[in-house]
Amino acid sequence: MEVSRHWRLNEQRYALIGETCDSCGTKLFPPRDVCLECEAPAKELYTFTGVGEIYSYTTVYEAPAGFAEYAPYTVALVKLEEGPVVTAQLTDVAKADLHIGMKVEMVTRKLRTDGSEGMIIYGYKFRPQLEMA
Amino acid sequence: MTNVSIIGLGQTDVKEHWQTSLRHLAWYAIEAALDNAHINKVDGIFVANMLAGPLSGQQHLGALIADFSGLRGVEAVTVEAADASGGAALRQAVMAVQSGLMETALVVGVEKMTDLVGSPVTSALALALDADYETVHGMTPAAVGALLMRRYMYEYGVQVADFAGFSVNAHANGAVNPLAMFRNKLRADRFASAPLVADPVTLFDAAPTGDGAAAVIVTNYERAQDMVPQPIRIAGSAIATDTLAIHDRKEMLWLAAAQKSAARAMAAAGVSHDDIDVLELHDAFTVLAALSLEAIGFAERGEGWKLARDGEIGRNGRIPISTFGGLKARGNPGGATGVYQIVEVARQLRGEAGDNQVSGATIGMAQCLGSAGATAVTHVLSK
Ligand SMILES: [Zn+2]
Repeated sequence: MEVSRHWRLNEQRYALIGETCDSCGTKLFPPRDVCLECEAPAKELYTFTGVGEIYSYTTVYEAPAGFAEYAPYTVALVKLEEGPVVTAQLTDVAKADLHIGMKVEMVTRKLRTDGSEGMIIYGYKFRPQLEMA
Repeated sequence: MTNVSIIGLGQTDVKEHWQTSLRHLAWYAIEAALDNAHINKVDGIFVANMLAGPLSGQQHLGALIADFSGLRGVEAVTVEAADASGGAALRQAVMAVQSGLMETALVVGVEKMTDLVGSPVTSALALALDADYETVHGMTPAAVGALLMRRYMYEYGVQVADFAGFSVNAHANGAVNPLAMFRNKLRADRFASAPLVADPVTLFDAAPTGDGAAAVIVTNYERAQDMVPQPIRIAGSAIATDTLAIHDRKEMLWLAAAQKSAARAMAAAGVSHDDIDVLELHDAFTVLAALSLEAIGFAERGEGWKLARDGEIGRNGRIPISTFGGLKARGNPGGATGVYQIVEVARQLRGEAGDNQVSGATIGMAQCLGSAGATAVTHVLSK
């Protein structure tokens, strides 16, 4: 059912927990148990820092069901500092400031309201990285 | 070289078929293909479809369409590979006939996109993406196209207007195809300022979804010679896959599956790029047309767009593409699209393409992609 489908992804959605390859050290997100680089088993858990930069981005005007109320919204490919690229929405950013290479960091936000029971799905989005003091 | 030839072609026009059901659309294409092949039965049916479940509340199309077409009792299944379903279904038919398990096989691609409108359709199209890691973040196929297009522009120093030639060519060809969804010509100077779908992808960049059905009948090469005046040989046939999500690709601007399936199909057919007279590729977004030309090997990396700029993709150009309008102007009826491509290439090789004819075409290629090339199916056809 819908609830368990989302619940089993909580570690990925809330904490960016992926995997690392035993053989070559490649970090994997999303976790996939088999290394993308060398096809060796990759089951050791790894928590990503959540820091990365924008690889590409788009603003979606024609939204799917469950997202229409948020449109237009901005989705990006974020290249994490450990290597993998993730798909996620951007938040707290002015459209005029967006650019490829922009430093971003992960935050947890509401992704959408799902299904007839109105379950709220939370997960990662990315925002411009706050300047270090 | 396969031992399989095409003996029958059928297709409906692509549009919003408000009055016509999924099963009727499929039957119209099948009826035309059976007539074209001068036969009334086949040994098996491969139905290509992507979205009948979510959009029409109907699955189990193999039995439905066999029954409705008066072919009850025959072996019939659905083949699904997103918008590469059509090519994938033909591939199954080729394997069935090549192996000798079937003498004659029917492939019918059918899609009914317009029973619903708006966000449910966008959601259905997004079923082809990764539900857990793309769709949940609001991704759509157009957004995937947009992410690739922006990165392409960034890496290769290209502007939005530089992609215009693909849509202008598609609409020029669609304008003379009576079966095309859009028959208007497109002005290049309007391209970049069209309404946005997913920035920088606009309405003039993205192919429209439509309803339609197309059918192809194949049999073994020897039998085909005696059955029809102009059998078309399926010289090469190949499917390859890539990561489902683009974010898992080490080289995001390289359609690895498109390269692999094209190389395998061309090797099987024993043809080189110079031999190919006509190419139907997956121009769901202009950036996919550019990336497909690069992956297949008609352009260097980052230079696929130049073929459109330089007029090399027109019917008289070096490598004519989208000769009946492509996905952009003929329309993109999802799982049927790959079968339309085969019908169109076969009509070119038969010399039956009318105003869309590429003169002297003897070898053609069709390549369809599932989403942004997670599946790629390539067929090489020869006269
Ligand atoms: Zn590894």
